[in-house]
Order: sequence, then structure tokens, then C-alpha cells
Amino acid sequence: MPAVSKGDGMRGLAVFISDIRNCKSKEAEIKRINKELANIRSKFKGDKALDGYSKKKYVCKLLFIFLLGHDIDFGHMEAVNLLSSNKYTEKQIGYLFISVLVNSNSELIRLINNAIKNDLSSRNPTFMCLALHCIANVGSREMAEAFAGEIPRILVAGDTMDSVKQSAALCLLRLYKTSPDLVLMGEWTSRVVHLLNDQHMGVVTAAISLITCLSQKNPDEFKTCVSLAVSRLSRIVSSASTDLQDYTYYFVPAPWLSCKLLRLLQCYPPPEDGAVKGRLVECLETILNKAQEPPKSKKVQHSNAKNAILFEAISLIIHYDSEPNLLVRACNQLGQFLQHRETNLRYLALESMCTLASSEFSHEAVKTHIETVINALKTERDVSVRQRAADLLYAMCDRSNAKQIVAEMLSYLETADYSIREEMVLKVAILAEKYAVDYSWYVDTILNLIRIAGDYVSEEVWYRVIQIVINRDDVQGYAAKTVFEALQAPACHENMVKVGGYILGEFGNLIAGDPRSSPLVQFNLLHSKFHLCSVPTRALLLSAYIKFINLFPETKSTIQEVLRSDSQIRNSDVELQQRAVEYLKLSSIASTDVLATVLEEMPPFPERESSILAKLKKKKGPGAVSVNELEEGKREGGELNGGGERGGDNSAIAASNASTPSPSADLLGLRTGLPVSAAPPTAGSLLVDVFSEAGVNDDGFLRDLEPPTESSDSLLAEGPGDSDSTPPPPPSVVSEEPAPPLPESDELLNKFVCKNNGVLFENQLLQIGIKSEYRQNLGRMYLFYGNKTSVQFVTFTTTVTCPGELQSHLNVQAKPVEPLIEGGAQVQQVINIESLTDFFEAPLLNIKFRYGGALQNLTLKLPVTINKFFQPTEMASHDFFQRWKQLSQPQQEAQKIFKANHGMDTEVLKAKLLGLGMALLENVDPNPENFVCAGVIQSKAQQVGSLLRLEPNAQAQSGEQMYRLTVRSSKDTVSKRLCELLAEQF
Amino acid sequence: MRKKSTAAYSAYIYKIEKMQFMLLFSRQGKLRLQKWYVPLSDKEKKKITRELVQTVLARKPKMCSFLEWRDLKIVYKRYASLYFCCAIEDQDNELITLEIIHRYVELLDKYFGSVCELDIIFNFEKAYFILDEFLLGGEAQETSKKNVLKAIEQADLLQEEAETPRSVLEEIGLT
Repeated sequence: MPAVSKGDGMRGLAVFISDIRNCKSKEAEIKRINKELANIRSKFKGDKALDGYSKKKYVCKLLFIFLLGHDIDFGHMEAVNLLSSNKYTEKQIGYLFISVLVNSNSELIRLINNAIKNDLSSRNPTFMCLALHCIANVGSREMAEAFAGEIPRILVAGDTMDSVKQSAALCLLRLYKTSPDLVLMGEWTSRVVHLLNDQHMGVVTAAISLITCLSQKNPDEFKTCVSLAVSRLSRIVSSASTDLQDYTYYFVPAPWLSCKLLRLLQCYPPPEDGAVKGRLVECLETILNKAQEPPKSKKVQHSNAKNAILFEAISLIIHYDSEPNLLVRACNQLGQFLQHRETNLRYLALESMCTLASSEFSHEAVKTHIETVINALKTERDVSVRQRAADLLYAMCDRSNAKQIVAEMLSYLETADYSIREEMVLKVAILAEKYAVDYSWYVDTILNLIRIAGDYVSEEVWYRVIQIVINRDDVQGYAAKTVFEALQAPACHENMVKVGGYILGEFGNLIAGDPRSSPLVQFNLLHSKFHLCSVPTRALLLSAYIKFINLFPETKSTIQEVLRSDSQIRNSDVELQQRAVEYLKLSSIASTDVLATVLEEMPPFPERESSILAKLKKKKGPGAVSVNELEEGKREGGELNGGGERGGDNSAIAASNASTPSPSADLLGLRTGLPVSAAPPTAGSLLVDVFSEAGVNDDGFLRDLEPPTESSDSLLAEGPGDSDSTPPPPPSVVSEEPAPPLPESDELLNKFVCKNNGVLFENQLLQIGIKSEYRQNLGRMYLFYGNKTSVQFVTFTTTVTCPGELQSHLNVQAKPVEPLIEGGAQVQQVINIESLTDFFEAPLLNIKFRYGGALQNLTLKLPVTINKFFQPTEMASHDFFQRWKQLSQPQQEAQKIFKANHGMDTEVLKAKLLGLGMALLENVDPNPENFVCAGVIQSKAQQVGSLLRLEPNAQAQSGEQMYRLTVRSSKDTVSKRLCELLAEQF
Repeated sequence: MRKKSTAAYSAYIYKIEKMQFMLLFSRQGKLRLQKWYVPLSDKEKKKITRELVQTVLARKPKMCSFLEWRDLKIVYKRYASLYFCCAIEDQDNELITLEIIHRYVELLDKYFGSVCELDIIFNFEKAYFILDEFLLGGEAQETSKKNVLKAIEQADLLQEEAETPRSVLEEIGLT
């Protein structure tokens, strides 16, 4: 038994707790508890009415039992009864029980709310505080409904006791977090803000938490708090260590309040008012100065409190990112902490410096600490500190120190804790790519990475090295040589075999001149690893083999023999067997020319953001990789990988591809389910042609695209309806009407007339990327909805509708989309489109979701335009003019003369016309400056032939660049529409 | 500390929970006090407690007081046989949280008079009351030691006045 405590000695409770502690086994404890539960139950059920004290004691025992981890299924009513007791301690225990044990959907909530209501109106401050604590602890929606209106009144009323104000402020904060919609500050706003001026430090301390939270959500309404916060902070910072009496903590004046004030200021940009800003800068300088003063106490509490304020001040300085002087001072201060004997400070300094590294003002200052940080990575005994050091190295890396940092991280990887290896690998891979000046270094680094930590090298990493090697012809030979050497190791990681197989399959010819790496040697080396590898790797190797046959005809018989062997051609794995069969057949029946076309070298990958970066971002949340970095990565990546090789559209495609959920499909430019993972995508359809006689399934893109079935239920305004096989879209949770199309939706639509892929829409929350393909009168569109924030989107729904007449012209079917998008994640939606007849409007895409409670509702035009269904028609000059003449009725022609919106670059014009979907006919128009095109628009009901002529006039009379566009179609409306669409493009 | 650049500021939405929970447990891993500031099911609470107790107990004495755990930051400190452990958000201030723990220990110490684990076991309800006066909804409500203890002692005073004579059975702890 302990010395009996102060206050109420509930002896029965103490004895029970002693008994429990004396139990020798879990069983004995359970037995004792069951005995007690039976006792309490009988007391509660007994005839004799229990007095308040006994009730309190038993309720307290139940609470103790619950806190031991046992379930409690009775006693709630007795606890609620205690709430209406006049005795403080009985009430207090009642409230404690309720706070711990009552969940929000309890039937008792009405009774509880009643008791709370009575206490709130009792005008007894202790009772009021108890009631407020209970609301703050439970914080359920029902309580918010009942009290959200009352509490602001209590908070600002002139006669409310300070202690009640404190509880009311934090109680309201809790309700605001649970049910922001129910807490309406409106008329109270200014009085709440002025609590920052309250004389009672405790009231300010409590109120500021509420104000900070409200400011985050409604910065404009609360912006007057900035100057109040600055003056309060200034008074605290300049006060002597004893001025604030009991709010001074180990000689530090009001550390909690100071931190909260600095945190509140981080909700806002730097103050615009010069005087306020000056005062704030002075405060920050004082805080930095104090860090240099000798400590007033040796206690760790003193230095912790002082440094808590310092770190919060540094956060604010970093947040403003506009005071170079303060940033550099902050950096120097953190630099001192890097070598502090307190582990905690070293940890925090490393962490805080990470953010400083991303500011242009302090990046260089951070870099000066590189040796210390490297040393920390090597010598810190605590893995969490080493992790911070690795993060900081990553953050401070740039072109000047990349080689050193990557080398240090690589050598750390050899002994790194398993828990952080994967992340380290990603970081090394990213840095190596981002700062690669010469690509041989990049290739070396990645291969080293695979050698050291092959198990932790995710698909993204090795896909990426292949992408880069394919896109950079200056590194291909070196890559081939290096993987060849790496594969010589008797035991090499399977990821190395994958990279080796892929690269030798593409570029083995570059090293085949050396007899030490002749084609057969290469093949034998690869094949020696074959049997140790998993099925996907073997599949990849088989593709490499068939590529060898093309590259080195002399290996054909050896490889055919391998393919023909039972272990391949009769492999129990269907994928391997199919590849063996197909490749064997291909190598025997296809002519050298066909073989060379099918097995052509992979075309360069479109430039895009590194998917490794996307992965890291996903892994760590937005905290670890800032938007800055991502963009920088994209920019530099593009530049490094020869971004100029392709048109400007690629960056848009890149962005839309950035974090497609199935990276394997994405990275290799192939769709999931396409079995030949090493065959170039352009060759896909060729392969199909070769094999069509052999009865191999067409893996073409539109294979499983069936015409969407017509809905018989045309009453549904939702659109053309869903076929039986498609589940209906999830019922719309939000009742709001779809928003009208965005004003810019036409402009967005126009961007896609001549292209099929790119970013359709982007705002601060959401990015929508599109990939689409069309064949005949059918189309399929992939929409990628990317959540750019760190917060989930919930009840995410999309609806595609065809307004008005369009319903009967176009059949659009959207597959349901995931209702939840995690922060930083992307979901995909497939939309099938069938053109029934020619059409003019575009389908509408409405998107609704909730983001942090707020409904987002936006409508865009889906870029489905009539030209998407063009089939190009090649024809000679003679035919063209003959048809042109046939379409000579006035209504068949539409013509527009317009000013050039863009430069008249011939190549750009050609690319756009090709993107339009028509055939661009060369040598047809007698004037070589003009362009003519021909195509047929496919729809279910009809085919509409169209001819187009575009006549640029670089020096029109007005001195401006003009175009004359003429379109002739067998259908007048089509000519008109095409003319409209195209006039916006040039 | 906040880990984000200013450029990311506009797109970043603050999570507005501050402290997520506080746990007190012994060196043997026995939970002595649990305070949850976010709604979680009993099952989740038990799971978190189990994992976290294990993680913290496995750490060596000289290691730093902060660790990343799931997407939270854990701030912990050992006082004699008890571990005090708080979970805060990524952008929260670790050092000030460490001192929240210390101030709470001071409050317990002052109230019980050199507090030990047994005081908290036998007077768990008091430990909860003191915590509620100090922290409400995970935010500091009153940081003055005097003011917090004044509120608690006032309650004790009310109690003593209200005390009624107890039965003999109760005196010897048999009911």
C-alpha cells in the first residue's frame, strides 16, 4: 500500500488496486476482476439505492478495470447519474468516466448533453470547467451540434472567469477540428482575436491555439492577429527573466506562448506594415542573440525551452524566406548545434537545416557544413539521427558536391540500417540522375547501387537507368561495356541481370567488336544467369535473346536451339512458353527486313519527371521532397535527357505520366498486360501482323474495346448509360448540382485538338492528365487524376455527360473511379467513346470531391472533337483535285481567314496537321507553301470525307501573318466545325 | 519543426491536430496512463500502444528523445521507472513537447510530493485531472504550475468539506 494520497481516499478502490497488483498471474488478475465486476453489478442492480460516494467509488473501479485493458459494458448510466451530483468529486469522476469510455454514438449522449448544459449554465466556474473539459475530451459531432453556438458566447463574455475562458477556447478548438461547419465565428471573430491582448497569460496561451487553427482556415478574417501577435511576442522577448512570474520557466519567459506566437505568424506572409515587420525582425534577432548568451541555468529544461523558441523562430525565418541576413544567421546557429553534445540538438539541427538548404539565400551556407554532416552519417550512434543526416545530405546536394555526396551515401548504404535502405537507394538514384554531368558516372552509380543494395532497388530505379541509356546515345556503349563487366561477377543481383539483359539486347552490338565480348560470349554470359532468375527476368532475357538474333545473325542457331529446348518451349509458365514459341517462330519465318523492323532499337522515351522521384514523394509525403525539388528535378531531368529531341508537348505528357499507378507499364512505355515487355511499342502492331496467321491473339490497343452498348434508359440524364458489364458509377454523395463548365474549358479543349496526350487541367489541388487513342469510330481515353496535396480527397466522383443533342451523336462510357485519392497519389479512369454520327459539342466532365471538408466541384469539357475520328487518306495530286471539285457546292465548303496566333514554322504546322488526324499530302498543291490534307471521319452512321487546304501568307498587306483555311466535306456541318476548331490552332 | 519550403506553402494544408496522444508506461511495458486527443477505436489504441511501447523500450539510454514513427513524431523521456511519451505532428516543436512532459512531471511531483509510479497507479484519476487542467485537447491550457495546482487543490478542498462519515466496512476496504 502506498502512502495514502491526498484528497479522497477511496479505500475500497485502493484495496482493489492492491489486490490486482498482488495477482501473480494474468489468470488470477482476470479472476479478481470478474469477482469485482460481479460485485459492482450486484450493487448497481440491488434494491438499496446507492449513495453518491459508493456510486463514485464503483464507477472509478470500473474505470480502472477499463484502463487495464478490459471491456466494460455497464455502469454508464451510473456515471451519467454522477454528472448531476452536487458534489464536485462525484461529478468529476462521472465526467472522467464519460470522457474515457463513452463513444459518440452512445444512446446516453442526450442525457450527457443535458447534464453538460446544466453545468454550463450553473455560473459555477469549477462546474463549467468540468463540463467544458468533457466536451473537449469527447469532441463528438453531437456535442458540437449542441454546444458550438453557446461556447463562443462564454469565451468572449465580459464576466467569464479566466479559467473558464481558457477551457472554452480549447473546447471550441476541439469542436472546430471535429465539425468546422458547426463552429461559426462570424460576429465573434474580432473579440476572439483580441484575446491575444488579454492580461492573463493563461488565457492568451489557450486562446492562441484556437486563433492559430482558425487563421489557417480563414487567414483573411483573422489577419489582424498578426500585429497583435508581434507586439505580444515583442513584450515577452524583451522582458526580463523574472517579469512573467509563474509563466517563466527555468529563466525563460513564457516559452509555450512564445512558440505558439511564432507558430501563428507562420500562417501568414511577412507583415506588410513596415513598423510591424521591423518589430518582428527585432524579436527574431533578439532570439538569435540570446542563443549566443551564456545559459542562465545548467538545467536541460532551461536550454530546451530556450532552444524550442529558437527553432520555432528559425522555422518562421525559413517560412518567410526573404531575410538573407536572418537565414544565414539561423544557418550558423544550427551549424553550432551540429556538433553539440546533446543528441537532441544535433537531431533537430540536421532536421531544420534540411529546410534551410532549399532556400536560395542559405543553400550555400548550409553546404559549408558538409563534412560535419558526412561525419554524422558515419558516426552517430542513433539511427534516427543518421537518417536526418542522410536527409540533409540529400537536401544540400547540388552539382558542385553531388559526386562526393553520392559516394558517401553509397558507402553508407553498405552498412545502413535495413529500415532506411530503400529510401537511401531512391535518394542516391535521384541525385545521380539529377546531377549527372557525364552519364558514365550515372551508369556506374546505379550499377553500384544494384551491387550494394540490389534487394532494395525498386523497379523504378532500374527502369529509369534503362530509360536514360536509351535516350542518350553517347552513353550506350559505355553502359553495355559496364553491365557486361558487372555480369562477370559470379553472383550478381537479379536486378543486374535485368539491366544487363535489356541493355545488351539493345546495345550489345556496340561492344561486340571486342573478341572478349563477342556476341556469343555476351549471350552465354546472360544465359548463364537465366536459370537462377525469376520468371519475369527470364521473360525479359528471352526478349533480349530475340533481339540478339536481329543484332547478330551468327547467334541465331544457338539461340533457336535454346528456344527450342523443352525447358523453354514447354515451360509450365505460360508467359515463358508463349515467348519461346513466338520468338522461335518469328526468328524462323520473318525475313531479315521484317525482323529488323520488329526488333528495331527502342525509340527514345518521352521526357518525363523521374518516376523515382514520384515514388520517393509518395513514400515520404510532401514533407521530404518539396515541390521545388520536384520541379527542379523535372527541369534538369528534361535538360539532361535531351529534352529538345521532341516537341514541346512532351513535357505535358511527362507531367501527366508522372506518377501513373502502374509504373511498370508507364516506364517502359507499355501497357500492363502486354506480354512482350522488351519489344518496342511501335513494333506491337507489326508483331501482330506477322503472327496473325499463327493464330496469336491481337494484343493491340483496342482489342477489348467493344462499342459501348446503347442505353435503352435514355431518361437518365447521366449520359448514354452503362452497359450491363459495367457497374453503375457510385451514387453521388454530394447533392450539389454540377458546376457550370469553367470559363477556360473551351481553351483547354482547343489545346487537345491536335494532340491526344497531355495535361488537361491543373490547379493547386488537382492535376488531370489525359492519354487517348482512337481507331475507326471508337476511342479510349485514360484520365489520370493526381492529388497534388498531402491530404486525401474523399468522395471523389466524376460524371461524364453529353449535353443536349450530343447524346444521340456520341456514346460515352466512363468506368467508375476510386472514390478516394490519397495525398500525392493518382487514380486512373478509363472512358470509352463511340462516335455515332458527326457532332459539335464536347462531352462535359464534372468532378466532385471533398478536400479537407470543402466540396470541390468543377466541370471541364472533355477533349473529344470530331477530328479524333479521322482516318488519314493518302491520295495523289490528281485525285485530290478531282475530289475537291466534286465537293463544290457552296454549303460543303467552309472558309476562314485569320491572323496567325503562333509563328509560321513549317515543321510545327506539319506536326499540328498530322496531329489533326488527316493525311498530310506532299506535292499536291502547286504552291509549296500551302498544305493540303485528306481524311475520312468515321462514325457509326456514316463516313464523311474531308479535304483541307491551309494557305499561310507570311506578308499579308496588313504586315501581319495570316492564314486562309478552306475545308470541304461531304457534310456541310462538318466543314464548319472543322474550320472552327482549326482556326484556333495556328 | 516544419519540413517544407515556402514554395510548397500554398498547396500545403496544415493538419490541425497538435498532440495526438500521450502515454505513460513503465519499464516493464505496463500502461499507466493514456490520453487520446484524436478519435480512435479501442482496437487501434491498443495496437498503437503495443507497438509504441515496444519501440520506445528498445531504445538505448543515450539516444535522442525524438523518433519518427509512422507519420508521426514521437517525443519521449524517461523519469525513474516511467516513460512519458507524446505523439505530435511532423511540423510540431519537439523541444517544447519535451518540456510539456517535464512540466507535467513537475505538476505530479508537486501534487503528490515526490511522485513515484505507485502514486499514479493508486491515484490514476488524479493524474487525469491534473493533465486535463494542464493540457486540453492536446494544447497547453495553463502553463503556470501555481494556477494548475490551485485548480486541483480547490477541488480537493470541496471534496473534504463534502465528505460524509463512512461505514466501518468501507474503512477497512471491504466494499
